[in-house]
Amino acid sequence: MKSFLIPIKLTLVLIILCAGIYPLLIAFAGKMAPGGGKGETVQVNGKVVGYANVGQKFTEDKYFWGRPSAVDYNAAGSAGSNKGPSNPDYLKTVQDRIDSFLVHNPGVKKEDIPAETVTASGSGLDPDISPASAAIQVKRIAAVRDLPASKVQSLVEAHIQKPLFGPAKINVLKLNVALDELK
Amino acid sequence: MNTELLGVIVTFLITVLLAYPLGKYIAKVFKGERTITDFMDPLERLIFRISGINPTESMNWKQFLKAMLGINLLWFVYAFFLLLFQHKLPLNPDGNPGQTPDLAFNTAISFLVNCNLQHYSGETGVTYFTQLFVLTFLQFVSAATGIAVLAALFNGLKEKTTSSLGNFWNLLVKTITRILLPLCIVSAIVFAFNGTPASFDGKDTITTLQGDTVQVSRGPAAGMIAIKHLGTNGGGWFGANSAHPLENPNYFTAMLQLVLQVIIPIAMIFAMGFYLNRKKFAYVIFGVMTVGMLCLLIPTIITEINGNPAIARLGVAQATGAMEGKEVRFGPALSGYWSIVTTIISTGSVNSMHDSSMPLSGLMQLLAMMINAFYGGCGVGILNYYIYIIIAVFISGLMVGRTPEFMGHKVEAREIKIASLVWLLSAVLVKGGAALAAYFVTHHPDVAWAVKPSAWLNNPSYHGFSEILYEFTSSNANNGSGFEGLGDNNIFWNVSSGIVLILARFIPIIGPIAIAGLLANKKFIPESPGTLRTDSLTFGAMTFAVIVIVNALSFFPALALGPLAEYFSLQ
Repeated sequence: MKSFLIPIKLTLVLIILCAGIYPLLIAFAGKMAPGGGKGETVQVNGKVVGYANVGQKFTEDKYFWGRPSAVDYNAAGSAGSNKGPSNPDYLKTVQDRIDSFLVHNPGVKKEDIPAETVTASGSGLDPDISPASAAIQVKRIAAVRDLPASKVQSLVEAHIQKPLFGPAKINVLKLNVALDELK
Repeated sequence: MNTELLGVIVTFLITVLLAYPLGKYIAKVFKGERTITDFMDPLERLIFRISGINPTESMNWKQFLKAMLGINLLWFVYAFFLLLFQHKLPLNPDGNPGQTPDLAFNTAISFLVNCNLQHYSGETGVTYFTQLFVLTFLQFVSAATGIAVLAALFNGLKEKTTSSLGNFWNLLVKTITRILLPLCIVSAIVFAFNGTPASFDGKDTITTLQGDTVQVSRGPAAGMIAIKHLGTNGGGWFGANSAHPLENPNYFTAMLQLVLQVIIPIAMIFAMGFYLNRKKFAYVIFGVMTVGMLCLLIPTIITEINGNPAIARLGVAQATGAMEGKEVRFGPALSGYWSIVTTIISTGSVNSMHDSSMPLSGLMQLLAMMINAFYGGCGVGILNYYIYIIIAVFISGLMVGRTPEFMGHKVEAREIKIASLVWLLSAVLVKGGAALAAYFVTHHPDVAWAVKPSAWLNNPSYHGFSEILYEFTSSNANNGSGFEGLGDNNIFWNVSSGIVLILARFIPIIGPIAIAGLLANKKFIPESPGTLRTDSLTFGAMTFAVIVIVNALSFFPALALGPLAEYFSLQ
């Protein structure tokens, strides 16, 4: 009888330790982290316009666009497209994205479009684009905003993050916030 | 591109450099020697006192398995009912519903057996309460179960003749208090400081820069993300797992998550060397496993960096490789490395969507899970490798015409039968399951399940078959990653993969422990010049050959129908 109670009592103790005390400890430590453990936000004039790490949808010509998203950048969920590399429907979707990109960005050559501009991310919430992906949008944005292309170009360059390891990247939301502030 | 390859190499080197001292430390913990975590002593004594455990009581292999299976059954019942009624429980700020019985069955099993196949999406399918009190809890105890069982195997191998494999409760508790919890606390805090949410606040609603209104899911995720990797569990807080920018905010956190998931599997190899005082034996095993990993890894990274030939034909630039299903901050090299690491060691967390990987990478991921012993999951990796060793010992014995021996004990018919059954089981489960699913897709596409068989596959042709094959391979390996396009939240997949999960977890645990128990009971035969040396490079190569042959025989036809056929059709 006594040995029958061991698993039950041990389970209760371990639940308190692993599911109670442990997460509370981390939540407490998280309060001291940037964003207070609730996620780091980006603000414009004191108003929250998004989370620094969570990508958002940009479709207007005056903003830099992020990558295609399988969840349309609604961060209530998250998912990739899960399309296989040989799927004909998928390849047609990519072709449509290329065509649409060329219409919005006259003067850009097809072979200059980086693949990540026309392929969906794993989470559907990718906050970043590559420097090449930003570079080919500079001309469009300069024209729409009536700014010299060189000014937009230098803003892009200022936003390139080059970590010690891993790819260079640009946070699209932060870049667009800075773009709005550009006079 | 070079900074990316460098990132992969540095990540692997850091892992091995840290795993060595960790292995030494783990061996000390299991020997009961003094360690720097002796401050946990009062906590452990308290746990033992409340639970009525005598940690020094020794168990033979049958008592040990009884204790392990009994408490696992209890955890299953507990998890199943909490998931079923989670909508009536507290800590549900997003108002998520309870799980259906078949989904709760699958989820409870899946986390119990250290697999973490997720047929729900973290944002909508579970509550904060069940994320913590069911899933995180099971991530700790399932990993600890695997490690405790491996420690029992060590005990069986260590003594010349013994019936004691140690005390299951003692090994389970100490694994949590001395290995898992301390490392998790440190790394979870690092994740929180890198932007992973840790507070209990629910979904936030924001207006974006462009003026759209969207919601952002959050929650106390940091703690779960630490144990999901350290325990080779893999089940994430968010649906997109470690591709999600809150779950894995930057390249540094990705490196840390990669180190965390491989460190215990590698450390356990070194721990074995220290514990048994057979360091050369451990180094040979580590060498074989590393060679095996590299054979899978190098083609994967090359093919991901080269990109998708079908996309190349559309005329765009692929300087950054195959990016469908991948995140810009990780790139193709690290994503390729992750996809192999997570499949060789049964974590199953992903930082890119495997369904969108190149066919050759998909092939390597599948192979990694079929072999399931290059490092392998927490504890169970070496148990799987042990089965290959027993088979290699047997075949070598036949080749030289001597009775096979392993560590001073004769390996006889009974042990070989157990090992063969364990090995045959995976081929039956994977191919049997895939055949059944393919039958429903082709012959009964309109069965009225929550997702009709005709809608299961997200991709046509060979890749569609790969989705089916992957799901059963992942279940059988207790891995938990998926070709996630598969419409798997319905009674067929929930029940069939659930059954595969139970069998593929417990039989490969029971088998090796039974073999170890049987061997340890036999008379010890001292080594002689005629003894087959199991710590030689020759025997390492022999084991590697056994692994290759056994898996090629079992799985080549299935792989030819899926990823291989797709590979050739893409060229």
